[in-house]
Amino acid sequence: MGLSLTASNVSKSYNGKVVLTDCSYSFNTCGIYILMGPNGSGKSTFLRICALLEEPDGGEVKFIDDNTPHSLPLAGDTTLPIPPLARGGLRGGVLKNDIRLKRRITLLLPKIGVFNTTVFNNVAYGLNVRGMKSREVEDKVYRALELVGLNDKKDQNALSLSSGEAQRLGIARAMVIEPEIFFLDEPTASLDPHSTTIIEEAITKLKENNRLTIIMVTHNIFQAQRLADMVLFMYDGRIVDHGPNKEFFEKPKDERAYRFITGQMVY
Amino acid sequence: METIIEGFRRAFILIFNLDAELLSIIFLSLKVSGLALIIATVTGLLVGAHIGFRQFPLKGMIISLMNTFMGFPPVVVGLFVYLILSRSGPLGFMGLLYTPSAMVTAQTILAFPIVASLCHSAIISVDPIIKQSSTTLGATPVQVTIMVMKEARYGIMSGVIAAFGRVMAEVGAILIVGGNIAGYTRVMTTTIALETDKGNFELALALGIILLTISLVINLGLHFVQRKGTARR
Repeated sequence: MGLSLTASNVSKSYNGKVVLTDCSYSFNTCGIYILMGPNGSGKSTFLRICALLEEPDGGEVKFIDDNTPHSLPLAGDTTLPIPPLARGGLRGGVLKNDIRLKRRITLLLPKIGVFNTTVFNNVAYGLNVRGMKSREVEDKVYRALELVGLNDKKDQNALSLSSGEAQRLGIARAMVIEPEIFFLDEPTASLDPHSTTIIEEAITKLKENNRLTIIMVTHNIFQAQRLADMVLFMYDGRIVDHGPNKEFFEKPKDERAYRFITGQMVY
Repeated sequence: METIIEGFRRAFILIFNLDAELLSIIFLSLKVSGLALIIATVTGLLVGAHIGFRQFPLKGMIISLMNTFMGFPPVVVGLFVYLILSRSGPLGFMGLLYTPSAMVTAQTILAFPIVASLCHSAIISVDPIIKQSSTTLGATPVQVTIMVMKEARYGIMSGVIAAFGRVMAEVGAILIVGGNIAGYTRVMTTTIALETDKGNFELALALGIILLTISLVINLGLHFVQRKGTARR
């Protein structure tokens, strides 16, 4: 594992309303972590704080680099190194919260901010801002588009994509930059089963091919069961239960988690 | 009626013969307005972007002021520039009154609030999710700003085109600060005013036709830009 993340006593309020209270967790092994919980439990806020998109009111989020060299290939290629620009500063220790660190992680928002340009340019954006050469950009973008099934639409304006295609574009745009930690906020909410399957397959493929940490928020219990290595259950701004997939779904330790996964929770 | 028809006939002769006086007037008009537009675009973009992206005290008041200045009467701008550039004014020593530079100054003042205000509107109307997406993909704050401005490009272009339309058609300010000196500060609109006064309709009409054509081209451009900006949404 290259980059790991530890959240310690993270708290957050909006206009006096407490959204997160003392959330602590160490994401220190690769794999897929699923954040689950009812609406308003603080999942998305916790995710956004971990992804450095928002500042916590209290507590801290630390990224630690264990100095292990690794690669994050696309579509089966295991030889591509991470570009030097994408590497964080203080290797081997706690990383400074700067652009170098931010370029090693990415967050896929629930609503994709599609740029008013071609599908290709949308996917290439993350590489272009890193100053990558155009030939290299082209190779990576084509592979990412292939993985999400959008290569035939590369020259189309991205605003003309359907919501399912836009979500797949979002996945391609994020994975092309080869993040070490990939945050996803309800990537399949409001999608039809076909698009959901394509996105789940892309996520599974990423997990199989890469030494990557995926932290994902979902409401979908079945999706969590299909994808998760670890499940974190949040309730009322706290992480109240967590455990490996099978263990969590078979024997949840927390009563609220049990009610949630058995469909008994009214919220 | 006959005067009008005869005026049009002679006007077309002037246009098709590429009359030297006519051409020099058109060229000066485009030069003055073009230069004013370039200066107003650069400064207006910077100011509009600054107001769009940053939070600072009195921001609301500055936006209201800018919107008010969009409708600033050109003769009033002309009067202010005249007072500043006249011999007894604070910048009288520069000797700019009755020169094309004075005309560029007045037109820049007229165009600036239009560019700045419309640029600001275009930037704040970009969905905040664009900024967040750009950030999460590893863009630096400068790169995020560029991306947002790219997304606002059609709105910004509309502002620039609208400002060009205003300065091209403007007569009050440049008449006051330029003095309408033949071959030096005489432009299309001031010539039309003068020649109409004198009863020489052919040159006035010829320039009127050209001004209308330019205005039509500008509006077609604006329409095209706006359609392109909305067609793909």
